[in-house]
Amino acid sequence: MEKTRNNRAWFMVLPVLALVAFSAVIPLMTVVNYAFNDTFGNNVFFWVGVEWFEEVLGSDRMWDALQRQLIFSAAVLAIEVPLGIAVALAMPKKGIWASVCLVLMALPLLIPWNVVGTIWQVFTRIDIGLLGSTLHQLGIDFNIGQNAGAAWATVIMMDVWHWTSLVVLLAYAGLQAIPDAYYQAAKIDQAGRWAVFRYVELPKLKGVLLIAILLRFMDSFMIYTEPFVVTGGGPGSTTTFLSIDLVKMALGQFDLGPAAAFSIMYFLVILLISWIFYTIMMNLDRQERPR
Amino acid sequence: MTTVAGTDLRAAPAVRSRATDNPQLRRLVSYIVLIGYLLFLLVPIYWLINMSFKDNVEILNQLTLLPAEPTTGNYAEILTDPTWYMGYVHSLTYVVMNTVISLCVALPAAYAFSRYSFVGDKHLFFWLLTNRMAPPAVFVLPFFQLYSSIGLFDTHIAVALAHCLFNIPLAVWILEGFMRGVPKEIDETAYIDGYSWGRFFVRIFMPLISSGIGVAAFFCFMFSWVDLLLSRTLTSTEVKTIGVAMTRTSSATGLDYGTLAAAGVLTIIPGALVIWFVRNYIAKGFALGRV
Repeated sequence: MEKTRNNRAWFMVLPVLALVAFSAVIPLMTVVNYAFNDTFGNNVFFWVGVEWFEEVLGSDRMWDALQRQLIFSAAVLAIEVPLGIAVALAMPKKGIWASVCLVLMALPLLIPWNVVGTIWQVFTRIDIGLLGSTLHQLGIDFNIGQNAGAAWATVIMMDVWHWTSLVVLLAYAGLQAIPDAYYQAAKIDQAGRWAVFRYVELPKLKGVLLIAILLRFMDSFMIYTEPFVVTGGGPGSTTTFLSIDLVKMALGQFDLGPAAAFSIMYFLVILLISWIFYTIMMNLDRQERPR
Repeated sequence: MTTVAGTDLRAAPAVRSRATDNPQLRRLVSYIVLIGYLLFLLVPIYWLINMSFKDNVEILNQLTLLPAEPTTGNYAEILTDPTWYMGYVHSLTYVVMNTVISLCVALPAAYAFSRYSFVGDKHLFFWLLTNRMAPPAVFVLPFFQLYSSIGLFDTHIAVALAHCLFNIPLAVWILEGFMRGVPKEIDETAYIDGYSWGRFFVRIFMPLISSGIGVAAFFCFMFSWVDLLLSRTLTSTEVKTIGVAMTRTSSATGLDYGTLAAAGVLTIIPGALVIWFVRNYIAKGFALGRV
């Protein structure tokens, strides 16, 4: 669609700008303020330069959290994306069962995140949980409070449970958009099931899968509530991811300087990834809808 | 003519036999994948519901797949104890406030983005996206201080405004996706017919994108409803949200699992009630209007 050039359109955007600036820009300025200053209270600040950044970058704490975060994000992506595509391919294409599948699969996406944590907490406890006690009876040491492996398995399983449906729904929407003619052409070429997937479906799914991967990466990168409820970041700090560590630092210990420096670096990483996401997405938009 | 038909028939079985895989086997695998995945999704939810109908003695002493003595005591406790049921009232209050605010400011902005090009439009659109992607943990400390300093700490409006951080960008992106599908000729015809912009927007344009408005409202509601981190940070005694009430039960006493499960089941209900109506738009909403 041809867009009209009109700078007065800014007036329609102003309310959004004002509100989002209030809830994003002002808080970020506070963070920047804390990141470069120190205080002894009473709102008296003095400049410390990049000292807090050096402190955070020099300690192992952030690097460990970052490492755990990257392993976690990589693991959930490696499971959720192939599983999501497989389930989307297996879903019925139309009719009442397609709707029923959609509704059942969307259910975990709509559950409050702390309740997701609660569900998995009561499901995996060895005394009262179905999964936990079953594994315990089988002789597997599955105590989230003490066993780091069990805690990791639970957190990853929980994320797969919670978010694979997002990949399924996006891939399903992408599959629905493939015209029948493509499948007929493949049939004429006597393509097998794998060839149809590899050369017809996968290329057509490129756009939605890109969105799915990036949304899943970003959201797993800032995961907080679910592991906080289930493991509290433990045992020890084995499941303390970036957000959990940051909240611990900022509200638990009130280490304002390091927490602010941490926040800024965290935010810059997010900004960079968002920018890559936006650029690729806008390019795809342009390819699909020539203007 | 008959010979042509005959050769066609002879060619068809050859194609089928040369195909590498067997359609029946393929269908079987599809069913296994689908049913296995649905079981994986539903069993933890079933366990929560099962637990919510047991009393604590039964929960702690024996594992039963169905409640031996089904009781609604847990639900009765929540619906009679003000600290519990007011949690739902408080949460619903700020969620509704947030949905209304987000939609009111996002509607004109989305119209501007879909119809006009103006100075800085692409940068602004990207900046909105970064706020959807920003980790709430980064904003925890500055929000706490910002809302404390302007005297809004521990009020509904504080949480509603804080959730605008990610809900306004979401609403703008979703609505823009829907508005792009409405041909521009409609706007122009209306202006020629003498409609003012405001009258055109409310009388003609909003009914045309009513499903988009519904979807945007649903997602603002949902993302505000599922959050724990910001609502927990910005409230303390006056406004005790349901998430806070639930995390308190699990950590303080560690025993009242029946009530906790019942509270969890009740938080799933709002999503479960409307999910059928939005089933075809769920993918679009989660993908920021880009599917």
